[in-house]
Amino acid sequence: MSFYLALKEIWRLRGRYLLFSLVIALITILVLFIAALAGGLANANKQLIEKLDAEMLIYQDNVDLQPTSSRLGQSKLSDMRRIEGVEDVGPLGLATATFVFSDGRSAIDISLVGVEPGKPGDPPLLAGPGLRSKRHNDVVIDQDLASRASLSLGDRFIIKSIQGTEEEFYELSVVGITDSRQYFFLPSVFIPLRTWSEVRPQGESESAKAEIVFNIAAVKLQDPQLFDLVAQRMDHFVDGIEVADKQTAILALPGYTAQQSTLNTQQIFTVLIGVLVVGGFFQIQTLQKVAQIGVLKAIGSSSSMVALAILLQIILVTVIGVGIGSLGTMLLVLGMPSQIPILFTGSTVISAFFLLLFIGPIGGLVSIRLALKIDPLTAIGLSS
Amino acid sequence: MTIALRTDEVTKLYGKDSSAVVAVDRVTLEVRRGEFVALVGPSGSGKTSMLAMLAALLSPTSGSIFIGDVALGEMKEKERTIFRRGKIGFTFQANNLVPYLTALENVELMLRLNKTLDKAGKANARELLVRLGLEDRLNSLPNQLSGGQQQRVAIARALVHRPEVVLVDEPTSSLDTERAFQVVETFANLIHEQNRAGVMVTHDLRMTKYVDKVIQMVDGKVTRLVNDRAQIDLLERIGGFEVVEEQLPSTPFRVAVTNPQPEMMSLSM
Repeated sequence: MSFYLALKEIWRLRGRYLLFSLVIALITILVLFIAALAGGLANANKQLIEKLDAEMLIYQDNVDLQPTSSRLGQSKLSDMRRIEGVEDVGPLGLATATFVFSDGRSAIDISLVGVEPGKPGDPPLLAGPGLRSKRHNDVVIDQDLASRASLSLGDRFIIKSIQGTEEEFYELSVVGITDSRQYFFLPSVFIPLRTWSEVRPQGESESAKAEIVFNIAAVKLQDPQLFDLVAQRMDHFVDGIEVADKQTAILALPGYTAQQSTLNTQQIFTVLIGVLVVGGFFQIQTLQKVAQIGVLKAIGSSSSMVALAILLQIILVTVIGVGIGSLGTMLLVLGMPSQIPILFTGSTVISAFFLLLFIGPIGGLVSIRLALKIDPLTAIGLSS
Repeated sequence: MTIALRTDEVTKLYGKDSSAVVAVDRVTLEVRRGEFVALVGPSGSGKTSMLAMLAALLSPTSGSIFIGDVALGEMKEKERTIFRRGKIGFTFQANNLVPYLTALENVELMLRLNKTLDKAGKANARELLVRLGLEDRLNSLPNQLSGGQQQRVAIARALVHRPEVVLVDEPTSSLDTERAFQVVETFANLIHEQNRAGVMVTHDLRMTKYVDKVIQMVDGKVTRLVNDRAQIDLLERIGGFEVVEEQLPSTPFRVAVTNPQPEMMSLSM
């Protein structure tokens, strides 16, 4: 009975309900787009760290877990490797350089990631033989750069890096392609640490040092469950370091938390607006129908029947709205240039999608309560 | 004729203790099957409260109401809802029809509510509407129908599920006189023909033309009961009890407030 009434009303007033579904669709597009943007931005910031084949990250002490402030030397690596419970340790050097097109197209900034071949940090490959210690000019690029610069295996390219005050150019050769691993919004180029140490931008005083210095170390544990124990040992046996798990490391990335909380706030407010809009619409709808609902109850419809009909309408209108909105967002995302970091399939978007499905029923609670309270006596002009 | 509806000393108070207002005061009446009764009275006379109690929408403060053998006072809210949808047919002053259902769907709604919408039920709904002259408006929505047509659809809806009692609330308020007469006449015919008990609440005495009995209420009490055709016609013609009394000065009118006996109440010309 409730289904019958709900569907008949929606069908006969389909223009009005469709219009309202479109309002929900627009709210959905806004929420999902912000979610996709938040997901994309987060991804572009943290991808490299998140995808590391390691559970633990080691920073220099007292640098607030800022990778670019942290400096570690090779000797520390050997200390770390000796700790019980550690399977392997790999150095990570992080710097920024510029990919230069030979045909004069505008350059692409890249993250230049120094890794030790075969150690944690050296990325898994989608194609190519990968890095080898003695091949200094070989690099692995991520898919992001491969598609943006149309590079494939075996191609050579030039990067520009500032040494002292001079621009220096280096020719590198692609020996491997890995999946997208952006760091700080830039596509990554993985390069043997020794080469990284030479080509990364640096002041002249730094380049004089004998020991290779990198930023952080990625530690793979024998048993990830024993993280706390190994972290304690690490703290105890290696001087001047700070230990973090990946999640803590990601939250400490420059701007990450501020950016995500801004976008999340926007998203939450848009959802709240959605709840109020749905609530307002159905409240007005129900207020318009007070007399009609009174008659329905007077001729023998139960309150629950009437309320269920309204709930079904709310669910249907919301599902249609969210459906149209999701489809709209997908099309919008497909039409976006690839430089805009948008991740439509991330967990943020999926949770936002489910959250949106609830804005209707939550917003509609007031009108359902109103419908339950309408007295059948209103049908004959009395009130209880 | 068997008694379809009976009230016994029904009283309704609004409010409590010293501030209580008596809306209906010890009313005893009965309506038989096949009988169409008009409940008349000025506004504030308690006729609408009485109608609400007869419809199981409102509980009496004291006294009892029986429809058939069922005592309404002992029912819980849920039972009353089910009782209303099965045993009572109802038409209202306004907003009678569900605006997004066609004429036929509005009539079938009663059968849907009672879960009796089968082939025979559908045929019955259609037949009633055809009978009421709406054969070409079956699939029209209420806003495509005139006020009179809407009232006729409401009549069909009030009768389609074969209720014990049919209650009609001010059928004339949204119609012009001529259409109002038509609507009430149709109602009376169908009530007689289908042997239902009908109660019409109206303030318009002209509408008593088609009823079998007139019960007047003033200040919550039944003040008069007229069931003689000639006297009802007189009422209808001159349009008010007060006027009737002026024309009938010979016998002062005596009233049995409760349980009025027709022979006591009759007016002599």
